[in-house]
Amino acid sequence: MERVPILKIGDILLVSIQLDMSDQTAVQLQEDLAERIVDTGCHGVIIDITALDIVDSFVGRMLSTIASISKVLDAETVVVGMRPAVAITLVELGLSLNGIRTALNVERGMELIAAARADELDYQLDDDPDAETATP
Amino acid sequence: MTTGVDLGQPQAQAIRSDEDVVRVRQLVRSVAVAVKLSLVDQTKVVTAASELARNTLVYGGGGSVEVVIVDNGRRKGVQIVFADSGPGIPDLDLALTDGYTTGGGLGLGLSGARRLVDEFEIETSAETGTRITVTKWSR
Repeated sequence: MERVPILKIGDILLVSIQLDMSDQTAVQLQEDLAERIVDTGCHGVIIDITALDIVDSFVGRMLSTIASISKVLDAETVVVGMRPAVAITLVELGLSLNGIRTALNVERGMELIAAARADELDYQLDDDPDAETATP
Repeated sequence: MTTGVDLGQPQAQAIRSDEDVVRVRQLVRSVAVAVKLSLVDQTKVVTAASELARNTLVYGGGGSVEVVIVDNGRRKGVQIVFADSGPGIPDLDLALTDGYTTGGGLGLGLSGARRLVDEFEIETSAETGTRITVTKWSR
């Protein structure tokens, strides 16, 4: 079985899917990614599907599951690079990719993660009673 | 791309494993390209084939697929026949309902695949298993 490599770039894990994955490879990726998030303490995951010809219901579900697992492990997931034909087909298939953030490319994906992270840190500060008195 | 395969002849592929599902996708894509389907239609028919091949494996216990180029005089198309000798589908209407699943999936395989192709025929029984024929025509 082939495995999809996971690269660490700063605070982000980048997964660029370059092969036509078997279902087993997709499930393995879920597990590998969960481990890497915990090992590295990364707060962002970018899944680049530029090279994917199709996203069927199995891969769609894998993307949703990865997003949910990452969330539980305190990381944001962004799926980037979806081809127009793939988007059209996904919608017709009936897959809505609920809970998945998407961006057009890796660069925008990184911006999205940075922004989401900043929002979250703000929120945590707001929760802090000391910070509350400091803000008008 | 030259594969050394005569796509004018029906192409058969066994579906016994995950890797075979990948091979079905690649086979269907090469035939869809040969009949000059648009990129969106190629994507649709390959996606439908992926769903149906997985169903053949998961629910039918494995089986086979045959891919053939069809011609109705005006247009060319790709026709794919999935056959298994599994337990059949007891309630077809239910199985074709979005979101219905007995296999822990999303329940979009059969219903979604039907939306992605132009023609969809299904024969199923407990004795003979399930045979699904789908066709996608060039525009």
